[in-house]
Amino acid sequence: MTTAPAAEKPATTTRKPATMAQALNRALRDAMAADPAVHVLGEDVGALGGVFRITDGLTAEFGDDRCTDTPLAEAGILGTAVGMAMYGLRPVVEMQFDAFAYPAFEQLLSHVAKMRNRTRGAMPLPITVRVPYGGGIGGVEHHSDSSEAYYMATPGLHVVTPSTVADAYGLLRASIDSDDPVVFLEPKRLYWSKADWTPESPEPVGPLGRAAVRRTGRSATLISYGPSVPVCLEAAEAAREEGWELEVVDLRTLVPFDDETVTASVRRTGRAVVVHEATGFAGPGAEIAARVTERCFHHLEAPVLRVTGFDIPYPPPMLEKHHLPGVDRVLDAVARLQWEADFTGREGAR
Amino acid sequence: MTVLQQTATSPRPVPPPAWRPRTDPAPLLPDREPFRVLGTPAARDADPELLKRLYAALVRGRRYNTQATALTRQGRLAVYPSSTGQEACEVAAGQVLAERDWLFPSYRDTLAAVARGLDPVQALTLLRGDWHTGYDPREHRVAPLSTPLATQLPHAVGLAHAARLKGDDVVALAMVGDGGTSEGDFHEALNFAAVWRAPVVFLVQNNGFAISVPLAKQTAAPSLAHKGVGYGIPGRLVDGNDVAAVHTVLDEAVRRARAGGGPTLVEAVTYRMEAHTNADDATRYREAEEVEVWRAHDPIALLERALREAGHLGDEDVAAAREAAEEMAAGLRARMNEDPVTEPMDLFEHVYARRTSQLREQAEQLRAELDAAEETEQTEQTQHTEQTGEDHR
Repeated sequence: MTTAPAAEKPATTTRKPATMAQALNRALRDAMAADPAVHVLGEDVGALGGVFRITDGLTAEFGDDRCTDTPLAEAGILGTAVGMAMYGLRPVVEMQFDAFAYPAFEQLLSHVAKMRNRTRGAMPLPITVRVPYGGGIGGVEHHSDSSEAYYMATPGLHVVTPSTVADAYGLLRASIDSDDPVVFLEPKRLYWSKADWTPESPEPVGPLGRAAVRRTGRSATLISYGPSVPVCLEAAEAAREEGWELEVVDLRTLVPFDDETVTASVRRTGRAVVVHEATGFAGPGAEIAARVTERCFHHLEAPVLRVTGFDIPYPPPMLEKHHLPGVDRVLDAVARLQWEADFTGREGAR
Repeated sequence: MTVLQQTATSPRPVPPPAWRPRTDPAPLLPDREPFRVLGTPAARDADPELLKRLYAALVRGRRYNTQATALTRQGRLAVYPSSTGQEACEVAAGQVLAERDWLFPSYRDTLAAVARGLDPVQALTLLRGDWHTGYDPREHRVAPLSTPLATQLPHAVGLAHAARLKGDDVVALAMVGDGGTSEGDFHEALNFAAVWRAPVVFLVQNNGFAISVPLAKQTAAPSLAHKGVGYGIPGRLVDGNDVAAVHTVLDEAVRRARAGGGPTLVEAVTYRMEAHTNADDATRYREAEEVEVWRAHDPIALLERALREAGHLGDEDVAAAREAAEEMAAGLRARMNEDPVTEPMDLFEHVYARRTSQLREQAEQLRAELDAAEETEQTEQTQHTEQTGEDHR
């Protein structure tokens, strides 16, 4: 992205490049300022500002009681957050890395996800669990998992993941405002992605559960979320040379799943590829492909394809480039969408 | 001069602060013997009115246990983990707290919830099977019964911590069994409580067994109360069948927590007189003789003897307590014999604040199934009436 010379900028603009990390930090700060019930807790979230600096400055501004360095025990962090929420607080928990969230699974699955249901609505738990996830940053093992399928398979949780700087702010604010627990997955390789964005006029995101069409096209739909959305946008740009106009749907919230937007897009294009980093077998793409097939069967020109991470433990840093779905792999999948068999004369197909 | 000699004679620098000795652990250690009141000189200082109240609650608690067990045999409860023999711990835990305090029971602690004032039918909802929790936790400040072991302990710590942050002098009492002390959440809860100096009391009922596994296979610790020391939490060991002792120790711990003194770990040594649940067979892992030894230490008999000897309890008091317990049991029996009204559509009601589109679709599916089933039933009834002239509706 090229920056316009300063002289050409309108004098009134306050938009300037911000990173996703800065937008997330700003969302936490604004949420804490807006509601004294919002408490941040986790490992190294205090003086250090978190290993990714997402909580930078919060302890200095709001004090140790509002942004708290906890002992190093994820079940303890989430378990105490449950108790805090029971007493009327609105805890935002940071799990340091995707794979470090696993010790907290029992608390998440047996209590956080179920408390509203167990108590017939008497005691919902407004907890946000922030989890940096995904690969592509050269992390050693246990630092690059895409764990969203586990969370998606757990009724009672919302699962949210932004792909843009503006969404990082808006979706995190909406997650903290939600009376239901949210697993907020932060694509760590997008932490340093930049966009012109100003917190003074954040774009409203509305209630959780709405996907966004990031690019319109008539040939096929790429369905994606989080770290794979920029890959899909790049692939869509490259696909123009091949004569394909690809639509890119950014799911934004995996739960609730926006069937409406996805279905409308695929019915329009007749072809779909689901793209994500997580492993393919029993992964999010399996659910998405099944839903699309069930709802769009008579509109489909080809089977719904998936471009996902391989069904392997996350590879070491020097090999991860072979594992992560890239532009070429997405385009290869698009090329396999049975274009030769398209006798329908559907407008917009190549 | 060799390098070694040089090193040996050079003065070492002052050790960094982290090397210096830490807090003296001695004050945190539990006594060697469990604390007792009944049958000891300490009994003279006990408040007779309190003991009489506790006696009535114990008698009622025992009757509650036998009635609930009977209800499993009649198919009115899906399962009941009995606290027979442990009533002293249950009753003391239920009665020691102030109204604003919170109780965090495990699945075996419905009696503690009842002793705190919860309606027995509501307390038994989970075990009856018509829903998971039968009460609003905030109404009685009783957390939902926790089936996963020890997971409710960090909840108690978080709640107590939140209350302290808000400036409320609320104490949380969390209950767990001997087996639960092996779970990671037990240790994490104690650690968080100590670091945050949270106003929490942990009550471990050491009833000898985790289903079938005896304590010797559970831990090599000198006692379960010793497990507090590693976290900087004082451990107290108490005779769990001596209700006066349990009440005293818990009361001290609650006062200490309320005054800002931080958490206490209490181990109450007791015995699970019944099997783990009605679905368990205790004869496979323990001898009847062992049970008989403990029967001689029955918590109700222990208190009754002490009160009678001190002249605080007569036959008429005992009869009155039993009568009140029978009345409670009859009421419980009658209410539990009514079929609970369940509403299938409730399945989708409290998953999220608002139903997702997927849940709306699934709710429509179930609604259609229910309507179809009702229609079939009506048709069959009509046919039956037409054929036989009988109307069984």
